[in-house]
Amino acid sequence: MIVSIAIKPELVCPAGTPASLRMAVDFGADAVYCGFQDATNARNFPGLNFTFAELKSSVLYARKKSVKVLLALNTFPPAGKFALWKNAVDHAVMLGVDALIIADIGVAHYARVRYPDIRLHLSVQASASSPEAIKYYCEEFDVKRVVLPRILTIPEIKALKREIPCEVECFIFGNHGLMAEGRCGLTNYATGLSTNMDGVCSPAQHVAYEEGRNRETTTKLNGFAIDCFSCSENPGYPTICKGRYYAAHKPEGYYAFEEPISLNLAELLPDLVKAGVDAFKIEGRQRSKAYVQKVVSSWRRAIDQAMAGESIDIPDLLSLTEGHKQTQGAYESKRWR
Amino acid sequence: MKGGAEEHGDRSGHKLSLVSGLYFLAVPLPLPIVNIMFKRLMVAITTKRPELFARLAGHYHKTFLINPTNLPFVIELSPDPRQPRLRACRRRSTAHADASITGSFLTLMGLIDGRLDGDALFFSRDIKVEGDTEALVSLRNALDDIEGSIAQDIAAILGNLGLFALKVTRRISDRVHSH
Repeated sequence: MIVSIAIKPELVCPAGTPASLRMAVDFGADAVYCGFQDATNARNFPGLNFTFAELKSSVLYARKKSVKVLLALNTFPPAGKFALWKNAVDHAVMLGVDALIIADIGVAHYARVRYPDIRLHLSVQASASSPEAIKYYCEEFDVKRVVLPRILTIPEIKALKREIPCEVECFIFGNHGLMAEGRCGLTNYATGLSTNMDGVCSPAQHVAYEEGRNRETTTKLNGFAIDCFSCSENPGYPTICKGRYYAAHKPEGYYAFEEPISLNLAELLPDLVKAGVDAFKIEGRQRSKAYVQKVVSSWRRAIDQAMAGESIDIPDLLSLTEGHKQTQGAYESKRWR
Repeated sequence: MKGGAEEHGDRSGHKLSLVSGLYFLAVPLPLPIVNIMFKRLMVAITTKRPELFARLAGHYHKTFLINPTNLPFVIELSPDPRQPRLRACRRRSTAHADASITGSFLTLMGLIDGRLDGDALFFSRDIKVEGDTEALVSLRNALDDIEGSIAQDIAAILGNLGLFALKVTRRISDRVHSH
């Protein structure tokens, strides 16, 4: 595939720890996104994320190499707990991050009023996919970029881009979750903790893996069996939306919401560039620095090749993907799920 | 869970014999002497890497069982900065552990060396985890945030022989996991 376009999209890479951030910076990220060690971001996992001091040194490291740092503040503050999000905004601005990735209108309002110069990106958690919704955030909070939900085809993205006054960022690789970002209540139902307010999808303290007599693995979340993998099957994340369930019409069990699978848009990269996408996002703040190194370097090369009009040669990333399966999801066609 | 040695043997025959050789070399190892070395390593790492314990938060007092399927012993880890403990013991005499991780020696080495991704190894069933998932996730993230790696630290403490062994291990691991 050959493509030749002048404007180079930004490669936005994940970092769950300072070591991963350095890896992303060193291997070709244009921007790295990360979060604090609390409920203000949607990857609030044990041992993951940044202290204020770590973010400070990480921003300095990235800046020396002209790489931007974006801070994910992409959860929704419950009533009475807004101070945590305000504190996070205050620290992020003080520490010099290049943009805040927000989802909640209260957080957006606070950041815009208190810090008129801070750049705001609209998180995928806001689930804004129509021109009307996106324009609202642009007009009210001066949002400069929207991260699109993974529900649009490439022609739809192209059409949308013409109608909105901000940049567009699309996921190109990684976890392919339930297409109701910011609205999913499955974890909350099963554990009492909220993906969108506590920042934890399938909190680790509620996850259990049990091996059976035939070496099959049962995954449980707070006692609810989510799936059972035979020893020849590749398991996925212990999330309810990737579980297999029995139903009257499906007595053999089936993936009711989504299956363990990862997004990989390598083959669609030239079309996405042509559609005017301003930034490509890689999912995976919960992953290791080894993942970051391999994925970031691969996509760096692929984007550079696309921009140079060369054919794209991306290494096989299947071994890193959930369930060892890949999809182009709705980007390729609305037939997905 | 696939057995590590068999699995890697399927991928490449000569690696099976190498890993089998490692097993037979390790069988006669006197564990009390191994444990003296482990104790020294643990003290040195605790001194060198205080940041490791911050990410463990409330889990440093827990016991982790590291189970290399193709070695004749398992390793108990208690990452308490005040009383760190790393102890090899025979499988039949394993004490209670809060969480365990099982995989081939090369796979587990690749993990603590920061060269392999834990989630990918779980997806491919190269590792198996049991017990306290939160403690394991914390430990994984703590080890992953190390500049360099714990494996590199250990090799450096062991001197030239350790560094050579790490180099060889990395070379084999890269070949095995690139398949």
